[in-house]
Amino acid sequence: MFYRETGQFKTNYADDMAVFPILQDRIGIGLILAVAFVLIPLTGSNFLLSSVMIPFLVFSLASIGLNILTGYTGLISLGTGAFMGVGAYACYKLTTLFPEVNIVVWIVMSGFVSALVGVLFGLPSLRIKGFYLAVATLAAQFFLQWCFTRIPWLYNYNTSGAIEVGQRTLFGIDVTGAKASLEARYMVLLTLVTVLTWVASNLMHGRIGRSFMAVRDMDIAAELMGIDLLKTKLLAFAVSSYYAGVAGAAMMFLWYGGGEANDAFNINQSFLILFMVIIGGLGSLIGSFFGAAFISMLPTVLKFGLPALGIPLAGATAEHLTYILVGALIIFFLIVEPHGLARLWQIGKQKLRMWPFPY
Amino acid sequence: MSSRLKGLGLAASVLASSLMLGAPQVVAQESIYVPLFTYRTGPFAGSGIPIADGMHDYLQMLNERDGGIGGVKIALDECETGYDTKKGLECYDAVKPKNPVMVNPWSTGISLSLIPKASVDKIPVLSMAYGLSASARGDVFPWVFNPPATYWDGLAMIIRYLGTESGGLEKLKGKKIGYIYFDGGFGKEPIPLFEQMAKEMGFELKLYPVPPGEMQNQSSQWLSVRRDRPDFMVMYGWGAMNPTAIKEAVKINYPMDKFVSIWWPGENDINGTEGAKGFKMLNWHGIGTDYPALKDIQKLVVDKGLSKSPKEKVGELLYNRGVYNAILIAEGIAQAQKITGKKVVDGSDVRRGLENINLDEARFKAIGLPAFAGNLQLTCKDHNGHRAAFIQQWDGAKWVKITDFIEPMPEKVKPALDEAAKEYGEKNAGWPKRSEACDKS
Repeated sequence: MFYRETGQFKTNYADDMAVFPILQDRIGIGLILAVAFVLIPLTGSNFLLSSVMIPFLVFSLASIGLNILTGYTGLISLGTGAFMGVGAYACYKLTTLFPEVNIVVWIVMSGFVSALVGVLFGLPSLRIKGFYLAVATLAAQFFLQWCFTRIPWLYNYNTSGAIEVGQRTLFGIDVTGAKASLEARYMVLLTLVTVLTWVASNLMHGRIGRSFMAVRDMDIAAELMGIDLLKTKLLAFAVSSYYAGVAGAAMMFLWYGGGEANDAFNINQSFLILFMVIIGGLGSLIGSFFGAAFISMLPTVLKFGLPALGIPLAGATAEHLTYILVGALIIFFLIVEPHGLARLWQIGKQKLRMWPFPY
Repeated sequence: MSSRLKGLGLAASVLASSLMLGAPQVVAQESIYVPLFTYRTGPFAGSGIPIADGMHDYLQMLNERDGGIGGVKIALDECETGYDTKKGLECYDAVKPKNPVMVNPWSTGISLSLIPKASVDKIPVLSMAYGLSASARGDVFPWVFNPPATYWDGLAMIIRYLGTESGGLEKLKGKKIGYIYFDGGFGKEPIPLFEQMAKEMGFELKLYPVPPGEMQNQSSQWLSVRRDRPDFMVMYGWGAMNPTAIKEAVKINYPMDKFVSIWWPGENDINGTEGAKGFKMLNWHGIGTDYPALKDIQKLVVDKGLSKSPKEKVGELLYNRGVYNAILIAEGIAQAQKITGKKVVDGSDVRRGLENINLDEARFKAIGLPAFAGNLQLTCKDHNGHRAAFIQQWDGAKWVKITDFIEPMPEKVKPALDEAAKEYGEKNAGWPKRSEACDKS
């Protein structure tokens, strides 16, 4: 009844190619942005910002990165955690070497270092595919994590091997360090995620994205159509690692605020992000957000939300129950819709179009 | 399909709305809120459970026996961290609105992330004998406390002991000492001091790092140990790393009486390991339940079913470690009440309280723990105390104290501390100068 495109005519090509061709969708995205940019920082509790929204945004960015590689280009990677780490350490080195440059610039730039490393470890993808590529990227994960622990230059010879995040400002407002307000960190991160999602969306809807998808669907056919496999696959690795790198830098600087970094980028992190992409929906940007919300928000919401509802749960019991519930929900959603939450969302939208009629 | 989706949506929105409103303020006005960060799950649970029980039970006992501290009940709250920094930060954000008087992170990783926040949020961090060694400097880290000794002190005491074993510190020259450590902040921290001592005393240092993911598989490290045959092994381990290392050492027939650990292994880690007899470790407090306060815990908490601890585990090494931590919490609060004259104290008051902790023999006796541990006095400059510890040895069934208190080497540790504290301030641009006034004690 409300969600219907009847009467919305497209009179030119630009309208036809728009990312959000339906008016209601544009209103919806505007609303979501308004809530995220205005309502949440103004009304959300500190806990909501720091433990729910900031992790969610960081993981969304990382899963967009992996989705570009795995979902759009069909290359499985188990090195996302390590590529995030590269971003974090690159940002740390850059900001300690050039403290006068704005930290946000370095967070954005550190993604390029990560992209470079990603390209390097993406080279084998030309020859190996599927599970074998997963193993090759696993090597990247282990090698890079080894570097994070073993090369003291990376953490400025800190005796604990920890990254120390100093105080940095943007327009005179602290955005990193202990004094930075949650709202400032959240806004910086949200802006980053919004801009980068917009960039990713444009990339994926354009020539580059189509060449990625061609490679995914059948790489020999793509090559016959004139797509350079080497360039395309390496570009996919570069773009994907760039997103992972920015996510890693944002994680250390805007979320953790320093600490023991090497263990934060371990293999579990890589798996977690792969699960986000699979559960959210391969080859879908909105799926990346769904996946990140499901895997990163849900445990927190259950662990702290259930006691808040008056269900008496404490300490370890909450933790155990969260594990059980999240595990059960993952199985439930994968049975209901193996193509991920994004597909579920699509089905939902389709139903809404017909509503209140069944067909 | 649609009804199912509706149900899901409803559940989600209820949860979301509860979060939007923030965590509930269940803490009553007339109580002191003490959150306990614990880990009863994950690979560190073996060490985490007895400590969590010890901390909880002592404070619960104070509630039962004395009605809290200074007549104010302690509101206890456990938050599960799983020794995971991310979850630890979550816990911190969850407890922050409830005005905790201090946090006990029980993880060096979490401590490192909380140290910069402490002074901003006005919540003291008590990281008892772990965390950042440099935080012993009260003038640089007014909000962080790590008594009774730092990891560097621990190392100095172990080296001093190894010296006595070999017949004098100078006899360590030419010896080979192996260092097996948890390859994270905690295990790495002593390395610079260790290397410096190796150079000065002329012994050879062999490093055997154990990555956090490989704690339960140390065969490659111990294969290297077998090849290198160090004269002594020193261990800095935690969680599942300790029992694995002890088992592997037995497997390669390493002489157990040459194997000395920092203060973190517990009975769980060694009990049942055939051939582990002779293993040595540092410790600074009593074991067992032969103290009036522990008897009270048994009577008022454990027997009443208020504890999660099994009866026979009360009084074990790590349980009593938890009790020691709880004593510091209680003393910090009690001192804060004494100084400020207030009954319900807040984080800033307890920071002052902690700076004025003075646990001498008489005080230990008064709280029902005579001769439980050595004296501890903290000041506004010294947030650690650098107290001595002793060596205890596993006799196959229990720990036996085999030395007197061994003093650390302040002449070696102090410069390292000063340098680390200075460096921390430089690297964390904008690190505030101490603005908190010192109390005259």
